Amino acid sequence: MSRLSIDQLYVGYGPDSVLKGISLEIAAGEILVVVGPSGCGKSTLLRTLAGLLTPSSGRILVDGVPVGGTSGDRALVFQDDGLLPWRSVRRNVELPLAIRRIAKVERRERADSWISQVGLAGYEHRLPRELSGGMRQRVQLARTLAGTPRVVLADEPFGALDAQTRTAMQRLLVEVWQQHPTTVVFVTHDVDEALFLGDRVAVLGRDGRLLTIVDSPAARIEGADSAAARAEILSGVAK
Amino acid sequence: MTTTTEAPVTAPPPVAVRPAKHRYRWLIRVGSLVAALVVWQLLTSYDVQFWLNFDRLPTPLEVADDLTYQLGTSVYYQDLADSLRRILAGFVLAAVAGVAIGTAIARSRTTADVVQPLLEVVRPIPAIALVPIAILLFPSNEQGIIFITFVAAFFPVVVSTRHAVRALPTVWEDAVRTMGASRWRVLWSVVLPGALPGVFSGLSVGMGVSWICVISAEMISGEFGVGYRTWQAYTVVDYPGVLTGMLTIGILGWVTSALVELAGRRATRWLPREEAK
Repeated sequence: MSRLSIDQLYVGYGPDSVLKGISLEIAAGEILVVVGPSGCGKSTLLRTLAGLLTPSSGRILVDGVPVGGTSGDRALVFQDDGLLPWRSVRRNVELPLAIRRIAKVERRERADSWISQVGLAGYEHRLPRELSGGMRQRVQLARTLAGTPRVVLADEPFGALDAQTRTAMQRLLVEVWQQHPTTVVFVTHDVDEALFLGDRVAVLGRDGRLLTIVDSPAARIEGADSAAARAEILSGVAK
Repeated sequence: MTTTTEAPVTAPPPVAVRPAKHRYRWLIRVGSLVAALVVWQLLTSYDVQFWLNFDRLPTPLEVADDLTYQLGTSVYYQDLADSLRRILAGFVLAAVAGVAIGTAIARSRTTADVVQPLLEVVRPIPAIALVPIAILLFPSNEQGIIFITFVAAFFPVVVSTRHAVRALPTVWEDAVRTMGASRWRVLWSVVLPGALPGVFSGLSVGMGVSWICVISAEMISGEFGVGYRTWQAYTVVDYPGVLTGMLTIGILGWVTSALVELAGRRATRWLPREEAK
């Protein structure tokens, strides 16, 4: 788990900047959800946190150390197609372990354990194209966590799933996160998803500024009433 | 722990329903070949002449006789082995160099700036036009022939590798980089396997072109091989021998292309594909 400090972050130049002066503190082990209208820079924020994009000014500290590029400590989860299609489920999950130079036998054991934790035992040899969208996202989740990142950056990972599968995936994420706590920055455009998953919800405006941060009153409690927080977020998004 | 509610998408492959219609199509295909042979036999055995002259062409039966005879000689297999060795050497060199340089051009702007102008200047020159250069450059004809074959196969491989690498979705690379992968790891685990389908289309084209060039080079330089033997047969007015040579070249080309195709299918099994025809 890592603590993230984002200080006066600008990405892009001049009036065309995608992100303008974002400052945020994310506690270790927190789930922070970022919402905002499409095109407001949610993905840009995540990619900058991952080290794939370089800020034009401002800085990002991870446990006090500035981000200088990509690292296995900050793993990105994608909406779809993040899996390597030529690798089986097992070989996809083994990839971050191979990158960490973990011995073959242990790699296999750990990968299989993650695969069964996301409910895909028995599918180790399948190729991604032989799985449904929901199952592919389970594999991505297993693959991401197998690398034991200290921060998980999720870019609308359930955005392409139907409502029922999405709910199941949200529960799975919470369940796995409770067993293996890590800092999560989760981007979505679904306000209900944001309030269910997040300890806090950061609302980005269309102009790339941080509008407000709303505390989720009932994070990860099913069927809780968050109407007030919901209204607050929606009024922010509508601005 | 969690239960999977979704069923895997793949259904068992449908049981092949191949009624008589399919067999019927095979009949047509074979029939078409046989009909062509019959027409050839008629035209040549009656020495038909109407603008085209069939009087000097051998009949299919004469060609068959010659082929049967040649299959019993060791020279035939020696030529076969010569041509195959040249093709293999040139093609393998072209595949390795083509993939390496194509990838380097696609991934590095500096390499592209240095190498690409050179390639663009040389590329329009047909490989076979390089024969004089090959003769001047290389101490032996053998190396010259392999050089020509190499050049022929090299360009299709470079071009298709470059396109395939440039067209890779960035999401795979981003995912692997945020797992902490190094440049080499990205190259090895994402770029090369991802570009493989495109690389193989270049290899297929390259194999075809390198046969054209190896045969032409053999005909010109006269260092044995199927091309040399075919031209030799022509100069000594052994027309069935010419046709046998052509047939041999055709079959060699077909078999090697099929091998490349097969290797390509095996290496890219992960691609979504329509049911086999």
